[in-house]
Amino acid sequence: MVVETDVLHSINTESRKPKVSESRIEVENLSYAYQQRQALDNISFDVSCGEIFGLLGPNGSGKTTLFKILSTLMPATTGTVRILGHDLATEVKAIRNLLGVVFQHPGLDTKLTVVENLKHHGHLYRLTGKTLRYRTAELLERFGVSDRAKERVEILSGGLQRRVEIAKALLHSPRVLLLDEPTSGLDVTARRQLNDYLRTTAQAENILVLLTTHLLDDAEACNRIGILDVGQLVALGQPDELKNQVGGDVILIEGVDNETLGTTIAERFGVSTVFADNRLRVECKHGHEFVRDVVAAFPDEIQSVRLGKPTLEDVFVKLTGNPFVQ
Amino acid sequence: MQGILLPITTIWWREIIRFYRQRSRLFSAIAQPLVFWILIGSGLSASFQPSGAVDGPSYIEYFYPGIVVLVLLFTSIFATISVVNDRREGFLQGVLVAPVPRWQIVFAQALGGTTLALLQGLLLLLFTPMIGIRFGVTSFLLSLGVMALLAFGLTNLGLLIAWRMDSTQGFHAIMNLLLIPIWLLSGAFFPSTGVPGWLAWTMKFNPLTYGLAAFRHSLYLDTTAKAFGEGTPWTLSLLITGLFCILTYVGATLTASAQRN
Repeated sequence: MVVETDVLHSINTESRKPKVSESRIEVENLSYAYQQRQALDNISFDVSCGEIFGLLGPNGSGKTTLFKILSTLMPATTGTVRILGHDLATEVKAIRNLLGVVFQHPGLDTKLTVVENLKHHGHLYRLTGKTLRYRTAELLERFGVSDRAKERVEILSGGLQRRVEIAKALLHSPRVLLLDEPTSGLDVTARRQLNDYLRTTAQAENILVLLTTHLLDDAEACNRIGILDVGQLVALGQPDELKNQVGGDVILIEGVDNETLGTTIAERFGVSTVFADNRLRVECKHGHEFVRDVVAAFPDEIQSVRLGKPTLEDVFVKLTGNPFVQ
Repeated sequence: MQGILLPITTIWWREIIRFYRQRSRLFSAIAQPLVFWILIGSGLSASFQPSGAVDGPSYIEYFYPGIVVLVLLFTSIFATISVVNDRREGFLQGVLVAPVPRWQIVFAQALGGTTLALLQGLLLLLFTPMIGIRFGVTSFLLSLGVMALLAFGLTNLGLLIAWRMDSTQGFHAIMNLLLIPIWLLSGAFFPSTGVPGWLAWTMKFNPLTYGLAAFRHSLYLDTTAKAFGEGTPWTLSLLITGLFCILTYVGATLTASAQRN
């Protein structure tokens, strides 16, 4: 049951934590279970204002469940979440005023024009008159959709619709912007544009942006990320920091018989090999020397070799031992 | 006060604009009942006299108020089916995370459905001269009022179901097994006089029976309604219809509040 009374609000205002909590999302030991299945298992992390935080994980990793909990649509089974100092369990109304939410499924009324969508949304947050018009114009301008303002949403491209949706979510000047797979269904160019818009917005409005994604590129564009795998947070940090944890270079080898090759390479070179996605994965320093030696040692058994700097995918594989299926 | 009115008006108004821009909905909600009325009404007029209607009134006239109620029922069903999808993929998602209490959301949706149903019901009132019903201002206004009450109750009944559903697939079953029977057994199709006892009792416990009775009373404002086998007094039928509105609204609000997404 959603508790939305001002009484609770005032009680909690009195017992507020120090100022720092008022500019953060704090998730502590959060768990969620759907009957038998544990969708989120004891998750803790913090996000600060001005930051773009990405939750990266393959399908079924629990991202959407976490998103629903943060956006006040589902109560957590156990654990606490404080959003800018407000407890999610008791201060839903106060939190809803602070949140801008962009859902994975389209959230615009396609029969309405761009401006009408924003107008109705603004009314839900008690925005009217000049304030509403000014803010609408400002956001449509920033997201490059001013010239389409009077058109019905159904005739806009997917990329433009997404931008309108984000403009809509920002209309009431929320301090937290939550986005569930914001780039899904967009082509590469539209995705890059959207990530740029998010970056400028986070700075311009000094807001906290939290997004979920299963795309490595999107995660790279975040200031900080958390990697989710079957309900557990397996990594937390800046993308570069996480990639540095993977030792040096990553070599991907495709062999005639990967299993035997893996064991032989491990024995001969003293490295650990992981078999994922039909390839052998080896991490080591001085990758170029390893490649030279390994090709010389197994000229007939190896079909292809790829040498590269670690990606977030490598981080995921290293931490979970599973391939990252996008 | 503006804090309450603004969200309600905006959700209500969106329903109206949407409807205006999807005019095929108007056609589908009116055409089917109209075809039923003309075909079934004319067909049965030739061979059946409603029990209790001793002289004069034809079946097509008897059937008319029932058809108006069917239009209200269809409109409210269409209005509520859209809620199911809108909540998963659509504008309503954003409404659910906005600081708007569920009772306001449900009220606005019910108001939207009521307005649309009333507009279509009004179109059907244009047919009254064709079957010889003539009303004065009082009768017209009363009929509108009763139609509004009925539409509000029926939309809320639809919302009560829709807010529980994840997809529209199950809605058709509910429509055929619950909503249409409620209509069939309300005295819309046949009066309760002369039917077997168990059926008469079922009809007595059907809230729509009283809605239909109230509507017949408001259409005629004289004893004609009685001639159609309406035994329920005018005040009792109004009272129960009002109660139906309140209960379905409270039910829909409670359902919506229990569902957090």
